[in-house]
Amino acid sequence: MSSDAKHKPRVDKPTIDKPRIGVFKFASCDGCQLSLLDAEDEMLAVAGAVEIAYFPEASSAMLKGPYDMGLVEGSVTTYHDAQRIQEVRRQCKTLITIGACATAGGIQALRNWKDVDEFIRVVYATPQFISTLKLSTPIAEHVPVDFELRGCPINKHQLLELITATLAGRKPNIPSYSVCIECKRKANVCIAVARGIPCLGPVTQAGCGALCPSYDRGCYGCYGPMESPNTTSMSSQFRILGQADSQIVRAFRGFNAWAWQFRKASEECER
Amino acid sequence: MTGRATRTIHVDTLARVEGEGALYIKLVGERVADVKLKIYEPPRFFEAFLRGRHLSEAADITSRICGICPIAYQMSAVHAIERALGVHISPAVRLLRRLFYCGEWIESHTLHVYMLHAPDFLGYADAIAMAKDHRAVVEKALRLKKIGNRIVQLLGGREIHPISAAVGGFYKVPTKRQLRELESDLEWALAASIESVKWTASLEFPAFEQDYEFVALRHPDEYPFNEGRLVSNRGLDIDASEYEDHFAEQHVKHSNALQSVIRGRGSYLVGPLARFNLNFDKLPEAARQAAVDVSLRPPVKNVFRSIVVRAVELVFACAEALRVIREYEPPAAPRVEVHNRIGVGQAITEAPRGILYHRYALDDKGMIVTAKIVPPTSQNQKRIEDDLREYAAQLVAWPVEEATWKCEQAIRSYDPCISCATHFLKLTVDHEGSSD
Repeated sequence: MSSDAKHKPRVDKPTIDKPRIGVFKFASCDGCQLSLLDAEDEMLAVAGAVEIAYFPEASSAMLKGPYDMGLVEGSVTTYHDAQRIQEVRRQCKTLITIGACATAGGIQALRNWKDVDEFIRVVYATPQFISTLKLSTPIAEHVPVDFELRGCPINKHQLLELITATLAGRKPNIPSYSVCIECKRKANVCIAVARGIPCLGPVTQAGCGALCPSYDRGCYGCYGPMESPNTTSMSSQFRILGQADSQIVRAFRGFNAWAWQFRKASEECER
Repeated sequence: MTGRATRTIHVDTLARVEGEGALYIKLVGERVADVKLKIYEPPRFFEAFLRGRHLSEAADITSRICGICPIAYQMSAVHAIERALGVHISPAVRLLRRLFYCGEWIESHTLHVYMLHAPDFLGYADAIAMAKDHRAVVEKALRLKKIGNRIVQLLGGREIHPISAAVGGFYKVPTKRQLRELESDLEWALAASIESVKWTASLEFPAFEQDYEFVALRHPDEYPFNEGRLVSNRGLDIDASEYEDHFAEQHVKHSNALQSVIRGRGSYLVGPLARFNLNFDKLPEAARQAAVDVSLRPPVKNVFRSIVVRAVELVFACAEALRVIREYEPPAAPRVEVHNRIGVGQAITEAPRGILYHRYALDDKGMIVTAKIVPPTSQNQKRIEDDLREYAAQLVAWPVEEATWKCEQAIRSYDPCISCATHFLKLTVDHEGSSD
């Protein structure tokens, strides 16, 4: 097998007007953008319907904007990234954030309650080499966002629905009700009621398919707050199940800790 | 001529790697003056915010370091904590953890072999462009990847950040029948992996052999995943608890990742080449035969050939997965009970990209006092720079654009995972003044 791979491959100019998509990464684990590559059955069809113009994790062809749709993964944690998101927004007609980092600051937002300089000293021997902001913040705190897709990680079927709906100009069918509804649909016996296992399902947005309760453990809130979460009642229920306030604080301070409803709930338990 | 000319090779955004990095190489005349693998992926401070969290949260939290190899993080975390607590897992759970890792290796290696690395050899920007001319190859890759993901999904609920790994075992274990349902897919995957070895071996590789210190786990009876002593081809033979006595992390200015070295010896290589060279005798017959059929025998010292070794490891992972699903009998309980105690535990497991070290100190309430994590790409980072110094020297006569492209390809041979290493990559080649 031979080919001329000496040169960086030339990128074909698109011959028809396909919507151009860009995928942008900020502070994150890469898992949400990997969901696109994990859509094994649909990936080639998607690639046929759109032009993937910028997606460094998957392609060395990095085409300049503007883009019809930008998918943004990750949170803003550096001064440079706070500037970069402004440029990404200018380049994207529709801007969609994907995952808990981009929509709520991610697990790295746990720094927001701590002294970040101390965090740097814990991890790095030469702290002066590190430049970072005091807060890890969601994209919507910096620029207007057209749709926020939740989850740590996102659900790839929801992502495909969102891309399809956006390109068709219709509202995406992505529910904002709680994980409890998904448990009921799966006919799961409620683990909180029947077995006394603390579960964030009532305050957490659906989308995962009620995975944790289906695997005999309580929901840990990785899809973030549902549209109208009663976190005060949730905290009370955790106390009834014997959880100390420090445990409730940790429960809300997970992958969506900086989402305001969860943030308020954890701070109430610290008072 | 260009005797004293200084030129630079720059790559601002390395493509087809996980995470954000850049490359900078400075050439003065015929000499490589400087090589920096820059990691500008922002730091996320996992070790700091693990302090004060409960031991049951470590697997879920550390999996978020990497969306490509979350199982590696979960496995190193639970094994380290189990050692701190003196917990012994059941033989059935041990088998299931091997199967879980097989799923991740199949998914991750297929992604790298076909979607990130193969386009370099065939001259495409990505797998999608490659699919226009090689549709059957890409479709086969997607099916293989999906089978890896199916294993992970069955055991862990979902492909990325699965939710079932627990200290002592799993939250829930599958039935025999559920595992048996994977059998026909895995038989296809085994055959497809053997074809992958032949296909990758037919690619053309640059002549680039280096004298590496290879570091990998070694187990008396098995190709390594979760257990074994840490060994090298230069006499290293230690338990995980001795890791920090032999390895040190250095913080360099151009990188948000810490660079790891063997004390007194410097850089070393982890990952598929290291595992293959140190554990060839432990490969199952199908994998060893597939390697021998394409004349691949240890020691493999050309990192560009890692694509073939990854394909051999695909054969291993499929064969091992088939063994597990045929032998599996469900455990009496999904996990053994654990009791808090003050202690320190270390574990090393083999992530797709190489060894992943975790250490946790725990208090008597089950809380994490301190945590330390050394991901595979931090360990390879210095070796990548050392190799680029040698490789760039071969390219000094080349036009900058082509040299740059070749250097990018060299980096991708390591399958670097920058998201992991940050606590980790960007290419710039600097030739000082090009006219003379």
